[in-house]
Amino acid sequence: MRVEVDAPKCVTSGQCVMIAPDVFDQDDTGIVEILDEHPAPEKRAAVEEAAAVCPAAAIRLREE
Amino acid sequence: MTRRELRRIVVVGASAAGLVAAETLRREGFGGSVTVVGDELHDPYDRPPLSKQILSGAWPSERSQLRSPDDLGALDVQFRLGVAATALNLESHTVALADGHTLGYDGLIIATGVRPRRLQAADGVSGVHVMRSLDDALALRERLGADHRLVVVGAGFLGTEVAATSRALGARVTLVEPAPVPLAPVLGDQVGAVLGEMHRERGVDVRVATSVTEVLSDDGRATGVRLSDGTEVPADDVLVAIGSNPNTEWLEGSGLTLADGVVCDEYSAAATGVYAAGDVARWHNPLFGTEMRIEHRTNAAEQGVAAARNLLHPDAPRPFAPIPYFWSDQYDVKVQAYGYLRGHEEVALVDGDFAEGRFLVAYRRGDRLVGVLSVGMPPKLIHGWRKAIGSASLWHTALGNPLTV
Repeated sequence: MRVEVDAPKCVTSGQCVMIAPDVFDQDDTGIVEILDEHPAPEKRAAVEEAAAVCPAAAIRLREE
Repeated sequence: MTRRELRRIVVVGASAAGLVAAETLRREGFGGSVTVVGDELHDPYDRPPLSKQILSGAWPSERSQLRSPDDLGALDVQFRLGVAATALNLESHTVALADGHTLGYDGLIIATGVRPRRLQAADGVSGVHVMRSLDDALALRERLGADHRLVVVGAGFLGTEVAATSRALGARVTLVEPAPVPLAPVLGDQVGAVLGEMHRERGVDVRVATSVTEVLSDDGRATGVRLSDGTEVPADDVLVAIGSNPNTEWLEGSGLTLADGVVCDEYSAAATGVYAAGDVARWHNPLFGTEMRIEHRTNAAEQGVAAARNLLHPDAPRPFAPIPYFWSDQYDVKVQAYGYLRGHEEVALVDGDFAEGRFLVAYRRGDRLVGVLSVGMPPKLIHGWRKAIGSASLWHTALGNPLTV
């Protein structure tokens, strides 16, 4: 599983950081940053949830 | 009513709430059929960019699509787009469609959203716009440009965003608001005043405490508006942003309780096997101890997830108890808020400075902290406050001795 973000779409809500803080962070302007591009399988549920509720539809998971 | 074995799930509504509900059904392992019905022809797209990047032309319309065609295809969901649902029959478990077809269901998720209120005075006049659909945004974008005269009716978040985007394109914008201070009923006088001033400073002609009594027209084309204070404002186009009504007409007579939305319990259930999500749902939020209907983009997705899960797991339902969140981008300023600000009794400045246009305020209702709002502050700053709202903090515990404004 690989996490991709479309950073220019990010609206800095920080929902992803609250749901999966090991995988996502925000820079000083609030824009999403990926901490862990290949999260462990046990983090899948949280990452999927973050992608589902991202209000900018800026997070995508790819299977590898 | 006895519960049915779930083999067919119908989702009515193909925007954020409906799409996320359908995705959640699959993610949770539902292997039966999923049909998503939407009255617009477009693949599911996102609405917040309409008043910003789509209206400004910064994005081509494809960029507002919520999912790629590949991702939609992989969902194994049947989309029935361009066709509205017209009736629900709870006894026969069927949804009637505008094209004459009928869909049977074992489980149903209602996510039909809202539609803009219109100005009665503008019936049949061209050049009078609303901003809800992609087509709406493209129609206004087609018209806007330098020195174009736009009247925006209603200074809520949608109206002020359109005003900001239009100013950036060089349009001459007049913003008309019946309240003495824009956004004050929800955000408070001081915050509303700062936001109103932000628009004045950037050249928007802000007219408050007055309303549109007539849309002036020539040969069926809008030429301006007449205001209740007697003045006339010439315009090439008029954008009406005076709130929305939930799309529940198709549910009348179905037996569901309708009261400014589909009335649901704390699990987002409207009836056995029937759930609602997004702008159309009015549900009891146990975190705030009140029923609410939230027209925020974040709520659409969160409730889409919750409704789908509870539909699949009715024996272990989870209350839907979110902390509402919204944001607004106007010029280069970001507004963010957590909580339930409506009906607040006190607003206190907790960081920043109104005069500088950078601040964070907190909202009290009863003895509780119920919301915070930041303007022009670092986005991460507000997250600490979210926790305090989520744990139902007492006002004085969270704030110490706040400075009421």
